[in-house]
Amino acid sequence: METDGLIKKELIPRWLLAEITYACPLQCPYCSNPVDFALKKNELSTEDWKRVFTEARKLGSVQLGFSGGEPCVRRDLEELIAHAHDLGYYINLITSAVGMDEERIKAFKTAGLDTIQISLQAPFRELSDAIAGTKSFDHKIEMAKATKRNGLPLILNFVIDRFNIDYLKDTLELALELDANYVEVANAQYYGFALPNRDLLLPTQEQVKRSELVAQEYQRKYSDKMKIYYVIPDYYENRPKPCMNSWGNIFLTITPDGVALPCHASRSLPNANPPSVLEHSIEWIWKESPLFNRYRGMDWMKEPCKTCPERFKDFGGCRCQAFLLTGDAEIADPVCDLSPYHHIVLDAVKEAKMHEKEATVDKLIYRNPKNSKTFCGIKIERE
Amino acid sequence: MDLNTDKPKLKLGYRLQKDLDKDQFYLLYPEGMVELNQSAALILQLCDGQHSANEILSTLEKSFPDDDIAKDVIDFLGAAYGNGWIN
Repeated sequence: METDGLIKKELIPRWLLAEITYACPLQCPYCSNPVDFALKKNELSTEDWKRVFTEARKLGSVQLGFSGGEPCVRRDLEELIAHAHDLGYYINLITSAVGMDEERIKAFKTAGLDTIQISLQAPFRELSDAIAGTKSFDHKIEMAKATKRNGLPLILNFVIDRFNIDYLKDTLELALELDANYVEVANAQYYGFALPNRDLLLPTQEQVKRSELVAQEYQRKYSDKMKIYYVIPDYYENRPKPCMNSWGNIFLTITPDGVALPCHASRSLPNANPPSVLEHSIEWIWKESPLFNRYRGMDWMKEPCKTCPERFKDFGGCRCQAFLLTGDAEIADPVCDLSPYHHIVLDAVKEAKMHEKEATVDKLIYRNPKNSKTFCGIKIERE
Repeated sequence: MDLNTDKPKLKLGYRLQKDLDKDQFYLLYPEGMVELNQSAALILQLCDGQHSANEILSTLEKSFPDDDIAKDVIDFLGAAYGNGWIN
């Protein structure tokens, strides 16, 4: 399967992302959920999820993230955590903190939860609530404190956009005050709802440079106190990210309705025909399904990736981004300046820069069922 | 590190986990995991805040009597501390 002298090794889905619901009390306009999420109605049952966890663990999965939507919306979350913990997973709850209270945190801990990861939209109430589209800031802070009070490691996830990037210093100060163990400073990635909001969300290069300096300063100063991960915005790179550490290599995502994906954006690929856990075993999905094998190895590559020495490092970048920006999923990620379509990314940066003056939070398209249905409508019209 | 008094312990959020069907241990933590070899797994299992570095060393020496492992064990503990796995 793999070429160019790479040794064929057994691929194991070490990282399992369980998106257990699309329901979410927040409306973040950078959400990576598919814009037509409102069409996906049937959520997997408790027993379905337990079977998924059991089967994936047998294949070697060890890192389990509960995500969504907002995973706390599901009242069987405690039961799912307990089952996954008994199987030996390291379990991270990726949450907005809405739908959680201190009693539930205690129950999660008893069930065997390892870490709680709370999203923050800004270090101040007004801006955070405006970006989230829901009053949530005060509760997030309260739940961050409750997480620490109950002896669980606290991860803060700060998604960066044009509106909050200049407050990174305040955010990291807040993280220190909350005694966070880890802080993820992640530039929004332009999939799902973030893509149609890109002109408004994408920070300028100057903003990004300033924020990188702030992150580096805090990484140096507080290395023994908290770990800071800084995820760079790939639109300002000249080489693509090694997306998912290459296709079908270690990541396995299961969506609320039971579709298995090599990454959470890949549902949008043409003819994806993603396999369902209701029809196939996890083993078949991982090893045999056409979707998971589609971009494994390097045989699928076209020039300039096919002969590029960097293909072993970045695997040609992100298939979904290549498709979303160029309409062809099998060409180089246009973030790469060797791609003949790199101008698309440069134009996007220019276009966003032109919106610098008039960009305001109230112009964003929020992630909610109403806007999702509008997107579906637009899509149907075009077909 | 004081070999007699310091009792290393896995940091909050770090956990050892064995594979289901193989004798393979992993160190798991937020956003990451490390595959451990046999001796590294043994050392980290003893990093429970109950054993001093010297006690860990003598346990390892009993498990690997034919090898001169003192330097490797101390180096590994140093690296584990440097990586933020233990305190």
